[in-house]
Amino acid sequence: MQSEVQILGTQVNLLWVVLGAAMVIFMQAGFALVETGFCRAKHAAHVVSTNFAIFGLGFVGFFFIGFPLAFGGFSYSAFGLDQPIGDALLGSGNWIFLFKGGWALSGDGITPALLGFFLYMVAFMDTVATIPTGSMAERWKWSSFTIWGVFCGAIYYPLFAAWTWGGGWLAKTWDTMGLGAGYVDFAGSGVVHMVGGVAALAGAIVVGPRIGKFGADGKPRAIPGHHIPMAMLGTFILLFGWFGFNAASTFAATDVQFATVATNTAISGAFGAVAGMLWITRRTGKPDPGMMANGMLAGLVAITAPCAFVAPWAAAVIGCIAAVLAIETVFFVERKLKLDDPVGAIAVHGMNGLFGVLAVGIFANGSYGAGWNGSDSKGVEGIIKGDWGQLGAQVLGAAVILLVIFPIALGFFKLQNKITKGGIRSAEEDEIQGLDIPEMGVLAYPEFGSSRL
Amino acid sequence: MKLITTIIKPFKLDDVKDALKSAGVQGMTVSEVRGFGRQGGHSETYRGSEYAIDFVPKVRIEIVVDDTAVDSVVDTIRTSANTGKIGDGKIWVTDVARLIRIRTGEEGNNAI
Repeated sequence: MQSEVQILGTQVNLLWVVLGAAMVIFMQAGFALVETGFCRAKHAAHVVSTNFAIFGLGFVGFFFIGFPLAFGGFSYSAFGLDQPIGDALLGSGNWIFLFKGGWALSGDGITPALLGFFLYMVAFMDTVATIPTGSMAERWKWSSFTIWGVFCGAIYYPLFAAWTWGGGWLAKTWDTMGLGAGYVDFAGSGVVHMVGGVAALAGAIVVGPRIGKFGADGKPRAIPGHHIPMAMLGTFILLFGWFGFNAASTFAATDVQFATVATNTAISGAFGAVAGMLWITRRTGKPDPGMMANGMLAGLVAITAPCAFVAPWAAAVIGCIAAVLAIETVFFVERKLKLDDPVGAIAVHGMNGLFGVLAVGIFANGSYGAGWNGSDSKGVEGIIKGDWGQLGAQVLGAAVILLVIFPIALGFFKLQNKITKGGIRSAEEDEIQGLDIPEMGVLAYPEFGSSRL
Repeated sequence: MKLITTIIKPFKLDDVKDALKSAGVQGMTVSEVRGFGRQGGHSETYRGSEYAIDFVPKVRIEIVVDDTAVDSVVDTIRTSANTGKIGDGKIWVTDVARLIRIRTGEEGNNAI
């Protein structure tokens, strides 16, 4: 029998999960503002509408099949989810690839704890789904975009989530391969951000650069965003939501590590913002607001996996490295890969998702994470503690995203581009006019005289 | 009657307006315009990429004056809009064939 104190603890923990879910859902507002602000006024209604619609589109896919595929085998008694709702669909033992159970949140075993957990995980899925709307903004045909939303929620996101958080094969590499505590990703630098970032990369490759992004000589041209204050407000909303993203990933308010997580998150974001400001000033002479915002977001993405396992000094170091990485990756993506990513999604989410995954294996100090993934680990330890096994698990996880998940995203966009009449890209004349009228039927700013100079 | 048209730097608008009012000019029309002259715009960087601002924001002022006032108005504009730096703008004077005040139908100098 549980004591009344234990029962109260479980109830408070579930409240923490649902509160965290609401904060992560609010991050959709942050993404909407950042991406719309960094795009041009003539596409503003289209860009903000993709960010709006993705919440529901991904949700629908996740509701019917995504959630069972990823989390049918998940349980966590701290907030009252004592029993998984289902079991393995594909694979068994330490080698599970997909789960089942709770399709469309129906059948036996639908408890408040399960529903609270669903709400939290659907919010993470929607974060993945909305990342490509940034890299493909201003030229992604609406009808093609909607299919991505459902695909992401139903299949794309659940794959890697099942292999890691759901309890699948990558979580068990501590047992099958002797790698640390298995793949460790506290709140999703890899599961969410890198998975979303490689989809953003795949989408940018298939859809191609915006008209006018590259000159005849192949040099990238700047296409300034139309509303910098909007983008900066969005960045702060994302920072706020990130406390739900990371801190509530303890799944328990009775696990006071949530305070460490929240503070490490803030430290990395703050140091990332400062490092981003200094680095872009050094590179181009002025503290470009877009790059300052990317610097903070890069710090937040990179700390997402290691936030529970590292000391505050390490969070600061991670934030600084992340911001420099983000800015240099923006340059690399534009100048070397010749790809067009209007908001820096590939640099912020892809590259720093990768860095965050690896940072666990470097900076984890062993003070937290005993028994992670069901291992006999006394705490997650990186190479600063002399343990290289954890880094091995992290490298394997990151390699799987690059070599398995990225090709799935690339294949999806390429196939869709082939079978869709006219491809997944908007018509050239619509793109030049601005997608607002041709695709949405309404201008974001109808009362401003539209200057074409 | 002459039409005096001038292109000036936007931040000089208040100085020029005040100077012209002190010089007795009773009305003017102002518009925001963009353009370039001999310098040909300038460049900025955004997210690490340079971009050219081909058309620099300017203000255009139009004033109709009596022939006798042309020289003093032109001088007033030149003095008040001058910063000595590149991009200060231009002034040109054109003939006005006919001028009518809409409300009363007055014509010529009476309509100024």
